[in-house]
Amino acid sequence: MSLYYVQKLLYQLNRDPHVRKRYDSELDELLTEYDLTAEEIQAIKALDLGLLYVIGVNGQILMHFSALHGIAWPDYIEALRQGLKKYGPVREGVYAETGYQGIAAHDEALRARRAATSQGKT
Amino acid sequence: MALVFAGLCGHGPGFTGRAELADPEPRDALYAGFERLRLALEDAKPDALVVVAAEHFANFFMDNMPAFAIGMADSYEGPIEDPDWLKIEPTSVPGNKDLSRRIVSAVMQDVDVAYAEEWKFDHGIAVPLHFLTPRYDLPVVPANINCQGPPLPPLHRCWAFGEALRRVIDAVPERIALLGTGGISHWPATPDSGKINEAWDREFLERVLNHRRDELLAYTDEDVYRDAGQGGFEMRTYVAVAGATQGAEGELWFYEPIPVFAVGATIAAMNLG
Ligand SMILES: [Fe+2]
Repeated sequence: MSLYYVQKLLYQLNRDPHVRKRYDSELDELLTEYDLTAEEIQAIKALDLGLLYVIGVNGQILMHFSALHGIAWPDYIEALRQGLKKYGPVREGVYAETGYQGIAAHDEALRARRAATSQGKT
Repeated sequence: MALVFAGLCGHGPGFTGRAELADPEPRDALYAGFERLRLALEDAKPDALVVVAAEHFANFFMDNMPAFAIGMADSYEGPIEDPDWLKIEPTSVPGNKDLSRRIVSAVMQDVDVAYAEEWKFDHGIAVPLHFLTPRYDLPVVPANINCQGPPLPPLHRCWAFGEALRRVIDAVPERIALLGTGGISHWPATPDSGKINEAWDREFLERVLNHRRDELLAYTDEDVYRDAGQGGFEMRTYVAVAGATQGAEGELWFYEPIPVFAVGATIAAMNLG
């Protein structure tokens, strides 16, 4: 387990154009500079956001990493869901699954409440 | 000279980046709230804006994580996020190194604050500036509270940080505006993104806007994590602003859960009289 170094690499990648250049042109060499397991290297190289999430990468780091690759928001969230399904619960870090109805159902409930409130006013 | 403005707002990257996915009614109401806050800020004619933020690993990491940090440069770059994703173009924002230095030196009398002569903004500051200083013509002094990588500074220290900021703001000759920015309850960047604990948010905002110090400092990280998610740790920025504005009357201008923005979007201001 070397979550710290996975996060360190992604943190530097997200903020530093120089690291970004090396990520594009000499990824293998870049990866040797961090203390990573084979699974972590695999997750980074395959852009497996679900596995990175399960390994415990902070979502704020992972979200920026995902944005760097032009991945749309709903696809990013779906990749994390698939990761949990495939690899099991988050192993380390700050995340627990808490259960959520999802944005569509939530939006619907809020719209219904707004409609009820405005009806009450008239 | 004085504190001439104090506001609170969220900074969700979705506010700009995912605008088209949001329910238009609450989204446009949020934008109107930001516009009102922008006009209030301009009316106050500030010389500089101190932003108490909760950055997300754009500058500070677990190799050397400051509990509190203040930027000390004449300009700042950002945002670091992909412009197609955040829909904010990277730019240079003016700072005021001399003012920063005076603020840092004074705050250090009470709180051991780190300073940074280099600082890249992320959405945590870039999104509020996009709405509030869209021409990037007001010098910014960024201040950060570690809200992301535990162990986090305890709330009583965040309150003390706010008090220390206020003391120096009152002492410098410039007219200073203060902005606290954080999500309240939220589970950002996770599969539970969109979940919002509205009751918790409203109770917390009551305590902030009425400066109910003891009730604010009574929250534990365990409570916050359970009820408001890991994103709720950003409450620290609001606690600092409450500490800086004691005696002022707070007013909630806008609060509405907007799930695709991952937060109960919040706009509030302190009436400084
Ligand atoms: Fe945030």
